[in-house]
Amino acid sequence: MRRNQVAVVGAAETTELGVIPNMSQIQLHADAALNAVADAGLKLSDIDGIATAVETPQQIAHYLGITPTWVDGTSVGGCSFMLHVRHAAAAIEAGLCKTVLITHAESGKSMIGKLPRSIPADSLQGQFEAPFGVYGPPSMFPIPVLRYMKTYGITHEQIAMVAVVQREWAAKNPRAMMKDPITVADVLNSRMIAYPFRLLQCCLVTDGGGALILTSADRARDFPKKSVYILGTGESVETPMVSQMETFNSSRAFKIAGPTAFREAGITHKDVDHLMIYDAFAHLPLYGLGDLGFMPHEETGKFIADGHTRPGGKLPLNTNGGGLSYMHSGMYGMYALQESVRQMRGIAPAQVKDAKISVCHGVGGMFAASGTIIFTNEK
Amino acid sequence: MAEPARARPKPTPETQHFWDGTQAGELRLQRCDACGNVYFPPRPFCPSCASRKISVFKASGKGKLYSYVINHRPAAPGFTPPYAIAVVELDEGPRMMSNIIDCPQTPEALELDMKLEVAFEKLDDKITLPMFRPAKG
Repeated sequence: MRRNQVAVVGAAETTELGVIPNMSQIQLHADAALNAVADAGLKLSDIDGIATAVETPQQIAHYLGITPTWVDGTSVGGCSFMLHVRHAAAAIEAGLCKTVLITHAESGKSMIGKLPRSIPADSLQGQFEAPFGVYGPPSMFPIPVLRYMKTYGITHEQIAMVAVVQREWAAKNPRAMMKDPITVADVLNSRMIAYPFRLLQCCLVTDGGGALILTSADRARDFPKKSVYILGTGESVETPMVSQMETFNSSRAFKIAGPTAFREAGITHKDVDHLMIYDAFAHLPLYGLGDLGFMPHEETGKFIADGHTRPGGKLPLNTNGGGLSYMHSGMYGMYALQESVRQMRGIAPAQVKDAKISVCHGVGGMFAASGTIIFTNEK
Repeated sequence: MAEPARARPKPTPETQHFWDGTQAGELRLQRCDACGNVYFPPRPFCPSCASRKISVFKASGKGKLYSYVINHRPAAPGFTPPYAIAVVELDEGPRMMSNIIDCPQTPEALELDMKLEVAFEKLDDKITLPMFRPAKG
């Protein structure tokens, strides 16, 4: 895909984030969509392409009163929205549609109008994982991390620092759920969830949503807010079964999505001013730093523990506070994208000064899928 | 004996041989006759070379502990926390999820790369689960 041909011209989250007991999941989609459309200075009738995940595109299109000529229902977990951005950019460039709305929302905490997630007993997961006591992401996502730690010499304290540093970012963000400072000791003394991970190494469970509007970059000057350009994109999937990953020492999906986006963008790691790595659990930024090629995996724990990703550090990472401290409704990728767009617009609560390139890397399922979007504010 | 509420696998035509095997006290894997690849979970073709010429064979049942969590909360129905959810690397190459029995469910007792051997735990008249225990000797 060619660089900077497509722009984000509207971006917004739901009016409220956190606990939203007065809205169903579908209305959270609509709230985010209406906010994004207003942000772009558009009307819903201007939208001719729609993408969403978990909820179907037909559900959201009908609820919003949109008649699309392009539809994407890619639903590969929390990074679905990175894939939607990639697919939408290709569709806009190909002339399949002009103005795409991507929505995410989840009543993850209040569970109002939330679709049930179940594992059929005759699926491969139902036969070869569920009988052994996996029960939700906390029991599955951390399964690879002990192997990763042993292979690369990563310590419990280093992984605890991921949560500590992200809380420092969250403290700067009025919309973050958790803002009080924490220490490594706080993390390592918090309630055990699934050894080796404790409560403060697991993402929040909240309600909320977000939406993006994309269009051709040559129209970008017509919009009221600063446009953010799509410089590079990548995607892949590996397996829905965490037990069947090729290796626990890295993510194959990460290693394809990330480098593909870097190649497409024509940038090196030194060019990256701002980085988002979807942190459903505290080990993900380590896998991301290694698999995206920022450094060898052996150095990832020390890099974070040494403070290079904290406010003032050389590689600002997860500057909204991340899924660990900002919010996590179940599919956090949309909020990572929102923060990258804010950083590129220069309006983030913890703004990285003069940031020109933002890398936004997402995960879906338990390392099942991945999508990477590289944004820039310079065309 | 596992409690009845534990998630119960439902075999499909492609996996029936595996579940017939556990009932017979065998851990059955598949090998590609064309390229020699040994793979899991079951399917009637080779995920490496796509050949449909494959064989089912009885695996050694030996392996080692590749990684795990010790789940505290929320516990799956039929499980009493804390319990380890493990991924075992079989000597033949494939990895599979399982539980570690006859072993304290603690980080001290569960050492990565410890040798394991298969043990079969009957869930009901039709389903027997492959579990693993520390290898003897």
